[in-house]
Amino acid sequence: MSIFDILGPVMVGPSSSHTAGAVRMGQIVRRLVGGEPVRAKILLAGSFASTGAGHGTPRALVAGLMGFDPDDERIPRSFEIAKERGLAFEFGTVALRDAHPNSALITAVNDRGEQVEVGASSPGGGRIRVFEVDGLPASFSGEVPTLIVRSDDMPGYVSRVTGVIAAQGINMSKLQVERNARGGRALMVIECDQRIPYRVKTAITAIEGIHKVTRLNPGEESK
Amino acid sequence: MSTYSSMAELLALSEKNGTPVWKTVQLADCAEQDVTPESSWETMKNLLSVMRETDRGYDRRQRSLSGLSGGDAGLMEDRIASGKSILGPLVSRVAAAALRMGECNACMKRIVAAPTAGACGVLPAVLLTVAEEQHIPDDRVVEALYVAAGVGSVIAQRASISGAECGCQAEIGSAASMAAAALVHLLGGTGEQMSNAAALALKSLLGLVCDPVGGLVEVPCVKRNVTGAVTALTSADLALAGIQSRIPADEVFDAMREVGEKMDRTLRETGEGGLAATPTAKGRE
Repeated sequence: MSIFDILGPVMVGPSSSHTAGAVRMGQIVRRLVGGEPVRAKILLAGSFASTGAGHGTPRALVAGLMGFDPDDERIPRSFEIAKERGLAFEFGTVALRDAHPNSALITAVNDRGEQVEVGASSPGGGRIRVFEVDGLPASFSGEVPTLIVRSDDMPGYVSRVTGVIAAQGINMSKLQVERNARGGRALMVIECDQRIPYRVKTAITAIEGIHKVTRLNPGEESK
Repeated sequence: MSTYSSMAELLALSEKNGTPVWKTVQLADCAEQDVTPESSWETMKNLLSVMRETDRGYDRRQRSLSGLSGGDAGLMEDRIASGKSILGPLVSRVAAAALRMGECNACMKRIVAAPTAGACGVLPAVLLTVAEEQHIPDDRVVEALYVAAGVGSVIAQRASISGAECGCQAEIGSAASMAAAALVHLLGGTGEQMSNAAALALKSLLGLVCDPVGGLVEVPCVKRNVTGAVTALTSADLALAGIQSRIPADEVFDAMREVGEKMDRTLRETGEGGLAATPTAKGRE
């Protein structure tokens, strides 16, 4: 832990978990859907549903979807800004089993019609954890360089993807692989020790059956 | 070996390396995070600018989304202006500054979590006000922030800085402890005195529960920033007078953890007990 986890983050109040963490959640959904989100359906769970309004949680989530950082002073006006930018959003509540009390399930659609559904929690201090992508279980925070690969489930694809990473001299620290059915949809989450360069993304995207590759490098937020 | 998990280790490290406490904290973090002291200094200096900017940008007309917070710092400022405050020029201004920052947080302004958003008013209220009153240069205030961060990281390692884990003593209590030690540095005290100030402040706030009305970071959080700030002032002054805490800081931190573990979950940020369970609090739901 850094001393700047003790003093900091610089953030728009009032709550690191319900405001700053909610912005981070929105940001990660933005990265996963890619491009510019034009529609979002946000379902709040637990404490996000019961105390979110007073904490500005909905405004923080929408701000994150537009790529704002947790210290962006436009967060309180995010609804109005979203309307200007053509991002339509709706809110609801959901009961999630086994999820942290501060959680949300977010479905976003981008300007190319691509869609993603993300479940994430905000356990405190502005940090977050994604626990679900497109209905498949996952566990990542984006605090270390992370590659998220959505694809068809097919023989040999794990080795082809990790081969690209190995060829770049990048060390993987954690690898998660999930699928919904044999030959169905698959999700790979790869956490790495080094920053993931753009060429890794393009090389993996070129592999047959790969649908979407997302790079999360800490400190490089989407704008 | 540049890390520390107690005030005793931090002071010993400072002695051994011949570096002041603030510098010891800075260098340990630089080694751990692999950053240069220059870049670390810039980051810390920026935190000071954000604190000052938000303090100056306070608007007494601003209200929180819930309508529970806003305007109180303005009332305190009026009282100071009227010359009727019994707190004297320094303490009354510290109280107003703590309210300003607490209200800014509740009203979705930009703040520095120190160590949390709910307790963000304590440290700036004490440091900005005393530095201004005594014409202390910014560099020394930045150094004091390192001292605060060092104390905070020891508390985080030994106990907690989360209300959900250990109640408000871990938020306002930790903030007061950090601010007291920082203030000792600001006023030229020794490492021993910093440690005593940190201990004295937290001892005074031990057992404080986290019972936010409606689960929101507003009532009683905003006003408890005043309590934390004033406690930091008195603790630093006592320590600078040479008064010691009979229980060393590290043992006070450990006691805070023990008290936190014994605290009922309804009193740890759930918004179900204490003030949150009063008829008035319930009435607004």
